[in-house]
Amino acid sequence: MRRFLLRLAILLALVLGANYIVWRWLASVNWDAWWIAVPLVIAETYSFLDTLFFGLTMWRMKQRGEPGPPLDATVDVFVATYNEPIPLVMATATAAREIRHPHRTWVLDDGNRPELREAAEAAGIGYLTRSANWADRPRHAKAGNVNNALFATEGEFLLILDADQVPDPEILTRTLGYFRDDKVALVQTPQYFGNVDAADVLGSQAPLFYGPIQQGKDGWNAAFFCGSNAVLRREALMQLGIAGYVDAVERSVRSTLRTAGTVVAKARRRARNLPERRALAAVAEGVRDAEAALRADAPLADVTWRFQQGVAKASRLLVAADVQEMQAALASLGASGQVVVEDDAPLDDDQLDLLASSDLSPIGAIESVRSLARSLDVIRSEEAEPLSPLATISVTEDMATAMQLHSHGWKSAYHHEILATGLAPEDLGTMIQQRLRWAQGTLQVLLRDNPLTKRGLSAGQRFMYFSTMWSYLSGFVALVYLAAPVIYLCFGVLPVEAWSFEFFVRFLPYFAANQLMFLLASRGIKSWRGQQYALTLFPVWIRACWSAAANVFFGRPLAFVVTPKERTGVARTPWRLVWPQLTAIVVLSVALVVGLARFAFGDADGTGVLVNVVWVAYDLAVLSIVFRAARYRGPEPKEE
Amino acid sequence: MEFDEQDLEGDVLAIAPKGRLNLVAAPALRSLIRDRVAAGRRRIALDLAEVQFLDSSGLGAIIGALKTAREAGGDVRLARAPEPVLLVLRLTKVDRILPVYPDAATAFRGE
Repeated sequence: MRRFLLRLAILLALVLGANYIVWRWLASVNWDAWWIAVPLVIAETYSFLDTLFFGLTMWRMKQRGEPGPPLDATVDVFVATYNEPIPLVMATATAAREIRHPHRTWVLDDGNRPELREAAEAAGIGYLTRSANWADRPRHAKAGNVNNALFATEGEFLLILDADQVPDPEILTRTLGYFRDDKVALVQTPQYFGNVDAADVLGSQAPLFYGPIQQGKDGWNAAFFCGSNAVLRREALMQLGIAGYVDAVERSVRSTLRTAGTVVAKARRRARNLPERRALAAVAEGVRDAEAALRADAPLADVTWRFQQGVAKASRLLVAADVQEMQAALASLGASGQVVVEDDAPLDDDQLDLLASSDLSPIGAIESVRSLARSLDVIRSEEAEPLSPLATISVTEDMATAMQLHSHGWKSAYHHEILATGLAPEDLGTMIQQRLRWAQGTLQVLLRDNPLTKRGLSAGQRFMYFSTMWSYLSGFVALVYLAAPVIYLCFGVLPVEAWSFEFFVRFLPYFAANQLMFLLASRGIKSWRGQQYALTLFPVWIRACWSAAANVFFGRPLAFVVTPKERTGVARTPWRLVWPQLTAIVVLSVALVVGLARFAFGDADGTGVLVNVVWVAYDLAVLSIVFRAARYRGPEPKEE
Repeated sequence: MEFDEQDLEGDVLAIAPKGRLNLVAAPALRSLIRDRVAAGRRRIALDLAEVQFLDSSGLGAIIGALKTAREAGGDVRLARAPEPVLLVLRLTKVDRILPVYPDAATAFRGE
């Protein structure tokens, strides 16, 4: 019955929404003020699509009942840490050790701290750091840390915990049952924070996400992996690792071979002497052989091995020839009186300079060929490990990995029971940095591995991933929603034809149906804080968009939040972090006064002012959270 | 899991895992090959004739070993894979990268 009512509300919201949006586009855009009218109608269309995605998510909401009995399987529990205080890590690790199902507990210390090793070993807990392979190679943050641990452990399943997520002893007994289905690769449980009071000023709890939204995604077999408090099937991750390895090697061998032809051709044109020409001819032949072998579908290990042996031989010949040439060159330079070379004496700097400038220096071209040979290999030499079971294309490795699992046909489950308690950020700066990172990571996945075009996903899964990504584009839309009423109240510019009966008769039912759908879906969960931050953090979402784009397209490092330094124990209120929001509040307040004044002087239309005053008042109520957030210093101490 | 080791002609070390090359055996295989390569045995033939079962972790260990050996200028070659192992190599498309030689003694022939 409940499900029926919810679906009815969803259909109602979508039908009324479509009715409103179509009318907006076709009959109500004030083209005279297109510069605000068009952005507004686009923003409203964005919101309508948001409603559509939300409705789709809720359509198949799946409330799984009691889990089945746990599978009798081996488990590794990973406590991932980088720089968290040792007592905090150890509190989590010792709680992890006490988990009831048989398992081994490991601290994965990316900070490589001897004191932590000591503490872990004293507590009978395994301690892992990166192997030597990772030196001077990309570390891939937490994904790299977990991948490294995967190769050093052997459990059939792994439970991943962030350093602050203290697990319940039943966490495995309550989740391992789902894996009786051989295709289930992931069971995610909620993330819940113990250091947050009822007011939740920073909006840390995500009851809507770890509830209806995850249950809705679960209905489409798209429950997300959220990095912690989740159990994963090792075999599934390893299969991803292997598939990714085969893909990466095929791509790199093919593309390297393509450039190899050009590089060698260029080097040959520039060859200045016979040994060089001979060596490069040999390399060119190697390239041709490799290309032919590739066309004949020869195994890549073979193709690359032969190519490398050939290049190594060619460069050995060349170096030998170079040495001869150098000796000859030195002799001739010496003869002309510029450099005097003693027999067997090492070359001094001046002599080397002369050598380099006299165009007889060892060629650089063969070096570029050698570096081609290094990348024309089957070992992914740029990476520490050839396999990357956890995805490394994004700083939110969890989302990227889940999408990989789903696209390979694995299933996931969301188990709606709090089985770990963590610590949320206790100040605005840390909170903003965390949200920025989530947004950046999500957008990296969108730009690098778009779920709408990714192979292997079902239509439902595509929408579940895309809707989360879509929600992070809301920063631009927020700008429009903030600007439109200000422009009307201050300058009387109407973005719509009129605030008329025609408008209300379409807008109000849509709005009401939307609220009803939300109410039924959220089952009484308090979500006001979440709504506030969805709008209030608009500068963060905008920043995430450009910095993720700059990162993916131009390789720029991701932007981060610079938190104001504390001054001698007394924390300053970090107003600087929220200056765009404060500016918006000032502008909205001024607009409110100007609008009311214009109405009082008979300069503005009553309905228009009313609509926009309500609109501005709503914006202000939402944004007002920044005052409390900026001053927030953690929860009040609990009364005993 | 047990590993039989045998020296072959041409400085080739044949390693023959016996039994299930799975998630339990994978770390052992990785560290065995790391040790042998560190000791200068860079040409390794993996004789798979007695492998009854190969999972992704086992395959991951083989690929890891390949990287270890090649970075030291050597190589890992597979030999004598039984049908179930060949099937895994085909399904994972690893057969596009690693060929399987008829026996360990010929895996490095002509090098």
